[in-house]
Amino acid sequence: LAPWIPVVGLEIHAQISSKSKLFSGSQVQFAAPPNSLVSFFDASLPGTLPVLNRRCVEAAVMTGLALNCSINKKSLFDRKHYFYADLPAGYQITQQRVPIAVNGSLSYSLCIDNKMSHMVTKTVRIKQIQLEQDSGKSLHDDSRCQTLVDLNRAGVGLMEVVMEPDMCCGEEAAAAVRELQLILQTLGSSQAVMAEGQLRVDANVSVHHPGEPYGVRTEVKNINSIRFLAKAIDYEIQRQIEELENGGTILNETRAFDSKLGCTVPMRDKEGKQDYRFMPEPNLPPLILYDAKSLPANMNHQQVINIDWIHERLPDLPSVKREKLVEQYGILPEHSFTLLNEDGLADFFESVVKQTQMKPKKVIGWILNDLLSYLKQHSLTVKESPVSSFLLADLLNLLEKKEISSTAAKQVLAELWKGEGKTPLEIVKEQKLELLQDQKELEQICQAVIDGQENE
Amino acid sequence: QQVSVEVLEHLEHLALVDFRDAEGVRRLQKAIQFADQLHEVNTEGVEPMDSVLEDRCLYLREDDVTEGNCTKELLENAREKVEEYFVAPPGNIPLPKLEERETFLQGS
Repeated sequence: LAPWIPVVGLEIHAQISSKSKLFSGSQVQFAAPPNSLVSFFDASLPGTLPVLNRRCVEAAVMTGLALNCSINKKSLFDRKHYFYADLPAGYQITQQRVPIAVNGSLSYSLCIDNKMSHMVTKTVRIKQIQLEQDSGKSLHDDSRCQTLVDLNRAGVGLMEVVMEPDMCCGEEAAAAVRELQLILQTLGSSQAVMAEGQLRVDANVSVHHPGEPYGVRTEVKNINSIRFLAKAIDYEIQRQIEELENGGTILNETRAFDSKLGCTVPMRDKEGKQDYRFMPEPNLPPLILYDAKSLPANMNHQQVINIDWIHERLPDLPSVKREKLVEQYGILPEHSFTLLNEDGLADFFESVVKQTQMKPKKVIGWILNDLLSYLKQHSLTVKESPVSSFLLADLLNLLEKKEISSTAAKQVLAELWKGEGKTPLEIVKEQKLELLQDQKELEQICQAVIDGQENE
Repeated sequence: QQVSVEVLEHLEHLALVDFRDAEGVRRLQKAIQFADQLHEVNTEGVEPMDSVLEDRCLYLREDDVTEGNCTKELLENAREKVEEYFVAPPGNIPLPKLEERETFLQGS
């Protein structure tokens, strides 16, 4: 049997973290009374016009720069037409012809054979990043044969990140999306929480034999977590391979991932190929961005976006942060990954290191093996930890000064975990865990044991 | 040049317009002919203009919350509502296929 090459491309929609919407001044907020965060423009009432939100443009530029893209100094807005109840205008304003950023790349790491010590770096090309409007939300009430529409989300700014089909499996896609999520959160351009719909991923999947042209691709939607992303892609790859090996064909269709059944199913309402009848958005002139060289002399600052100014102020990206952690503290690369993977863990680690004499290389063990496993067992975030960095540092100092043994330290940590407000020293005294340092006392004990043995 | 029945059907399906009768289609043909006059201009080497606003400045708004909170007003326009939600039919109701419709296009 000839081998199959799976091809995976991702289309990611990230909700921009801004106070107001992309083209109107209504508020952006998750979970608010239905239709309370909707302006006349969002409801597409006649006579309203789009007005571009500066913060959304800055978010897109930051993201483009972080993903090594070329920023288009002139980009355009277009209308993408289709009918749906949660799209009151009958079209979405997007950037189809000339988006704000193009030709970037995203590097991510993968563990080989599930061993964190064997990590490889892969790269996926970013085709483009475009600004566009989000649609409202439809709640399907099948029992009463109706759909309830909430337009609170309609008009919220999105950055669509289009990746080239450079990936080959669910694991790669999951790792790439996780890294993108961390980058967006570091930049602050999107909070990228998948569970709240701030990061939505659609996967395009196809398979083909080596040397042959790419196969027909399907689009997989309705993926609600990074774990499900990997599952959905791997399922779809298998489904396509089985279908083709049984002599069947793959339809160019849209499928939804059913997380309960762990499979993909054809989606309703997606009949055939859509013709979106793209046209330029007549109400918006081109978006012009500047850099240090092209900065106009006499323009109002508030109306000018300077790409170089934004570039200079980009925070350290996750990959840079990891390198710095490894260099500064002598920890292993895989440690730096785990530190950045948990919100607040890197800060916690650095805080403990500052407050203790114990070497960072030893501290990291306590953070990753002990603290982190406690947190995971009790499903707590770092912020919710009953053991503060101060308490942990205090405990590690006792260990470092050889006042207690390592085994005793673990016992103390277990006690600290209860969060009863006792200090490490108090627990040590309570449970009599002090290491005996007195030579004479030790000799007496050893002698007593030997004597005891002799008597038997 | 005639606009084919396939294109007309496609347009009706896509844009939910109704050409209604032969007169409607003739009007469409005339509109296309009128726009075709643009081809008489030699535009070689000229960048296409896509908006009369192209040399205007795109105004950038500050990221402040200045509107919203008008649920009652918005819902006044709704024929049907349920607890401050707009009510719509369940999903799109596609236009029936040409064979299943009573339209003059069938005869063409």
